[in-house]
Amino acid sequence: MLEIKNLHVKLEEEDKVILRGVDLKIGAGEVHAIMGPNGSGKSTLSYVLSGRDGYEVTEGSAQLEGAELLEMEPEERAAAGLFLAFQYPVEIPGVGNMTFLRTAVNAQRKARGEAELSAGDFLKVVRERAKLLKIDADMLKRPVNVGFSGGEKKRNEILQMAMLEPKMCILDETDSGLDVDAMKLVAEGVNALRSEGRSFLVITHYQRLLDHITPDVVHIMAAGRIIKTGGPELALEVENNGYADLLAGVA
Amino acid sequence: MARAKPKSDALEPRLAALRFDESGWQAAARSDALARLTAIGLPGRRDEYWRYTDPSLLNAAQITPTAPLANDAEVFAKIEALKIVFVDGVFDAERSDPLGMEGVSIEPLSAATGDIHWARDLYGVLEARGQNPVARPLAAMNTAFATEGCLIRVTGHPLKPISIVYISESMASDVILHHCIKVESAAEVTVLESGQAAGRLNGVMEVELADGARFHHIRAQGRDAARLEVTHLFARIGKDANFKSFTMSGNGRLTRNEAVLELLGDDSSAHVAGTALGDGAFHHDDTVFITHAAERCESRQVFKKVLKNGAVGVFQGKILVKQGAQKTDGYQISQALLLDGDSQFLAKPELEIYADDVKCSHGSTSGAIDETALFYLRSRGVPLAKAQALLVLSFLAEAIGEIEDEALAAAVQARLEDWLHGDAA
Ligand SMILES: Nc1ncnc2c1ncn2[C@@H]1O[C@H](COP(=O)(O)OP(=O)(O)OP(=O)(O)O)[C@@H](O)[C@H]1O
Ligand SMILES: [Mg+2]
Repeated sequence: MLEIKNLHVKLEEEDKVILRGVDLKIGAGEVHAIMGPNGSGKSTLSYVLSGRDGYEVTEGSAQLEGAELLEMEPEERAAAGLFLAFQYPVEIPGVGNMTFLRTAVNAQRKARGEAELSAGDFLKVVRERAKLLKIDADMLKRPVNVGFSGGEKKRNEILQMAMLEPKMCILDETDSGLDVDAMKLVAEGVNALRSEGRSFLVITHYQRLLDHITPDVVHIMAAGRIIKTGGPELALEVENNGYADLLAGVA
Repeated sequence: MARAKPKSDALEPRLAALRFDESGWQAAARSDALARLTAIGLPGRRDEYWRYTDPSLLNAAQITPTAPLANDAEVFAKIEALKIVFVDGVFDAERSDPLGMEGVSIEPLSAATGDIHWARDLYGVLEARGQNPVARPLAAMNTAFATEGCLIRVTGHPLKPISIVYISESMASDVILHHCIKVESAAEVTVLESGQAAGRLNGVMEVELADGARFHHIRAQGRDAARLEVTHLFARIGKDANFKSFTMSGNGRLTRNEAVLELLGDDSSAHVAGTALGDGAFHHDDTVFITHAAERCESRQVFKKVLKNGAVGVFQGKILVKQGAQKTDGYQISQALLLDGDSQFLAKPELEIYADDVKCSHGSTSGAIDETALFYLRSRGVPLAKAQALLVLSFLAEAIGEIEDEALAAAVQARLEDWLHGDAA
């Protein structure tokens, strides 16, 4: 599904190098988790994959089902099936959540040469999927993320993911700021979307999310590199011992 | 403020083409206005009040027509309203609805020739009051020479809005329109204006609100890039009365919209808002002067401009709180969204306060589109141009939110979306 090879990234404006040769291969239907100390480059990786400005790729490649992501515009990547649930979802005053969702869904359908959803069909699907995430009609009407609590914003990200039905979902700390019940909701939302043709890359600091969304593979990122890859037990090791041993092992 | 010296050298040619009508009930008002204009002279770049806007195209003896003006589809076509049509500044009875409606009497100025007329107390009166402390010569010129417009007297609650529709058919139309609107005690009316009035329009609207009256005004100025327009909206607002005016402008080479509003009775309110979208050779100036002369009155000014390709936006907004106007609540915000580095926003907010128990706030900002929000939208698959259009609408939302009526707000929103997504396509 996603294959990242030797990815090196620096900031465009400064000479600061953030990613120093990331290699990652995620098969179709797999769930991978990335853990790692603050500032190790996890969010940067997710931004570079989805095409945010401000970063310069100096080496390497990232392919989604064989297509080179790094050459596409952000909207083309989305239409190709990539989705990023933001660590900090963005507030957009004056644009209704529903308008936003519908614009996004139809733009992607159009880019893929599919027919746009009618207002009625769209409404039906949104209501159904919003209900599963306990997002009420009022939240759908309000401007995108404006006045949403931290947890509501994260649930709204998952709703967008459910509506856009991407192939490759990147979740950047979707569990942070969630209470126990909300985390279950989010995990259920994610699990409901798990399928053979859909892969996940879950960035998190805590084992507790992985209790609900069981990963196939866990990676540890430090200083812009994947320093260790293992099974779910690797996340438990981090939970119990922190990163010190792992970091020492590489040094 | 210093008055400009008479600039009779420019005034004479400017007035040469205009016909001065000495007959009828407006005769005295017209000659007084002409005397005012002659004393003041035309506005000049050296006048403090015209510092950011060059009036020379408004002062020029003649306009140079370029291409025929484009008439947009009627913005309020779907709103059920009593329609009054002006073609190149002349009332067109055939294209207008019959002017009868319960709760209101409407007469075209050109037909209101009767010797005794209620509008005598209004025509040119508010304009004359509005000459202090700042001179507004182009409004005086309007009073002196206008022969077309509407006289509207509201005594009840008409069921439908009054929709004044302007159509321009001649490339060289240079038009003066003067409307007088009197809303009697506890009466209420919605007045819409839309369309391309003329190659050059000088428009005045004088509005008097008696105690408890309500007035809603929504205006959609034409979008032709060659349009020149100067408008003055004067209002005298009584006790417990509400005044609301919203203007949407798109393109136009030069637009100066002045609003001169006086809150004269306690517990009244005055809201003015506007959105302007400018692309290229566009200069849009909103100049607002709100006087609080009574207690517990509220005023709001919300102006948003979106500028690109060298477009210029100007905002001059003043709140004057007179002695004794306690518990005044004044709010003013003017913002520009600059879509590129070539565009410019000039703002001059002013507060002048002579009462001690008041709450007044003002703010002015100009900035670029929010890159983070843009990326967020694009990461969801929304193409760049469409994402920009959505963020422009997001920026305008506060001003559109000033329109109380949902159907009218939707009509304005729909037109803005057409313009923006049309540009995006
Ligand atoms: N636009 C930027 N400007 C300056 N520094 C940046 C920028 N983006 C990332 N960095 C820096 O790059 C490093 C990696 O940041 P990143 O956000 O990717 O870390 P992270 O692994 O997601 O951390 P956390 O766990 O705290 O979310 C940090 O030192 C950060 O300050
Ligand atoms: Mg991060």
